[in-house]
Amino acid sequence: MSLLEYGYAVWAPLVWILALVVVGVIVLILRNRGRKSYKKGTAQGDIFLSGIAVPAEEQRHVKAANIYWGFFEALKGFYKGMMRPHTGIVNDYILWFVAVLTVTVLILLLTS
Amino acid sequence: MDFLTTHAPALIVALPLLAAFAIPLVSRAGHSARSIFSLAVLGATASLVAILAVDVYSTGIRVYTFGATLPEMALPAGYTVPVRIMFQVDGMSMFMGIVITTVALAAMLYSLQFLKGQSGQPRFYSLMMLLYVGMMGLAFTGDMFNMFVFLELASIAGTGLAAYRTGMADAVEGGFKYIVISAVSALMVLFAIGLLYSQYNVLSIAALAHYMEYSMLDMMALGLLAGAFVMKLAGVPLHMWAPDTYTVAPAGTTPMILAASYTSMYALYRVTFTLYGGHIDTAAIGWIVIIVGVLSMFIGVMMAVHQTDIKRMMAYHAISQGGYMLLGVGVGLAVLADPVALASYGRDAINGGVFHIINHVFYKALLFMTAEAIFFRIGTRDTNKMGGLARNMKWTTLFYGIGALAISGIPPFNGFASKLLIYQTVLNFSPVLSAIAMFVSLVTLASFAKVFYAAFTGPEMPAYREVREVPRSMLIGMGILAACVVFFGLFPGLIVDTIVAPATEALINQTGYIDAVMGAVP
Repeated sequence: MSLLEYGYAVWAPLVWILALVVVGVIVLILRNRGRKSYKKGTAQGDIFLSGIAVPAEEQRHVKAANIYWGFFEALKGFYKGMMRPHTGIVNDYILWFVAVLTVTVLILLLTS
Repeated sequence: MDFLTTHAPALIVALPLLAAFAIPLVSRAGHSARSIFSLAVLGATASLVAILAVDVYSTGIRVYTFGATLPEMALPAGYTVPVRIMFQVDGMSMFMGIVITTVALAAMLYSLQFLKGQSGQPRFYSLMMLLYVGMMGLAFTGDMFNMFVFLELASIAGTGLAAYRTGMADAVEGGFKYIVISAVSALMVLFAIGLLYSQYNVLSIAALAHYMEYSMLDMMALGLLAGAFVMKLAGVPLHMWAPDTYTVAPAGTTPMILAASYTSMYALYRVTFTLYGGHIDTAAIGWIVIIVGVLSMFIGVMMAVHQTDIKRMMAYHAISQGGYMLLGVGVGLAVLADPVALASYGRDAINGGVFHIINHVFYKALLFMTAEAIFFRIGTRDTNKMGGLARNMKWTTLFYGIGALAISGIPPFNGFASKLLIYQTVLNFSPVLSAIAMFVSLVTLASFAKVFYAAFTGPEMPAYREVREVPRSMLIGMGILAACVVFFGLFPGLIVDTIVAPATEALINQTGYIDAVMGAVP
């Protein structure tokens, strides 16, 4: 029931879960060997920013627009090209439709 | 019980259709009466779907002819072609019926609390029922003209639901775009049906496939049908309407509109495999499907990772995931005429593509619901304005996590099982295509990790300190889908053997579909 067989390979999710549980237990054992003197909720857990005052909560959170900034910066040209056809104008959507229909019909007529 | 089994195909469409018109009357008795009535009708319909599924999976294709002395009598006495309106339910139709019904139940449950206190609810529930009827009718119909009729019904109901929040300009715009692209696509479908009818004088899919001569006009009709259905299923480059529409539709309806898109995908498969798949080399149309699939996967995910509106991001991912389905089935279609390749990897590629439909509908519906749960509580879809929501919305966070891992193809969730089938089978066909599919999964994970970090983690935002978890019925709706995602991930073999493999067999076995109606005709 759980096995997914498809000719040349097998996927067994329950075995995978069992392996995950074993790995999880090992991780917990290792974690428990860590430093015992840490106390949650004390000064030990306070944010330290090289002596600079820690900003307010909403300023500390990295906004979605700033995540993967380098990725988008590197692909600026690609995204500029991608944005061009995404005009949001329904007339353009229909133009694309007409173009795709024409190409599809031509390919089918030429290959049949 | 025999009566129900015999007439289940008709009742599955008739019951919600009648309910759609009864809901405005029932609504006069109050919100609770309407909720109970809608759920009861959908629950009864789901039971009929289950009865029909047992029958189809145990006895094979079911033909239901309206107005015939016996419903299974496809050809009237003395006729050599079917002339009556007919439903023809095979493994693929049944598969779609199960997908649509499960999503409709979860969406209905979710909407009960989500819409509480809002105006226009009788119309909302009527439109939900009509959309369900349109999708089920399209999945069950055995003739081309009723395929057009049900496509139109689903489109009009979907438009009403997309534009439900008439007070929001972008909702009206999203609804307008949906009706324009739906109307233009439907016109092309009607034109193609006209081309076929003018040559063969029949509308039954089985009869058309039986008499098909693959003339120039037939190939033009195929091109028009393929283009129209690709537009409706939001395949790149005809995808641009989808983010505009999916983003603005209320939570319960987005999964339904998404399911409507995959019903169009079903129509594409029905036309390419059943109507045209018999005697021509399907390599050309297979490659067209593969190219649309790869473009959808890549461009969809690259656009998704760039979005800051959470529902718009998910809408682009829906386009991207649709590409996987097209890739898997496209590979099967391309090698349909090659029995060795079909047996070696083609059949499993189709299995992967079909399996991904049900997996994707479940986890994407779940993800859309989590996005709307956030909108329900904090009133924005902008991920730049979110943060720390996991502190107060623990269940929503958990459901988002399950959906995000599933869509990214992380084991043991359901997305992994179908993606694995697609990767490995496509690898035999073209390693480059398989590599692109894996790359797209990586970017998908990056995209959902970005939103998880931005929306759910981080310090507690003062503005959201008072935010609470969403009401119970919304959690139940999400819970049903999350349970399906986990169950399908843990028991993929059961799902593939029970409902996916019969769907694939139904697509490949064109003769079986034709013979169910035209068996006695020489």
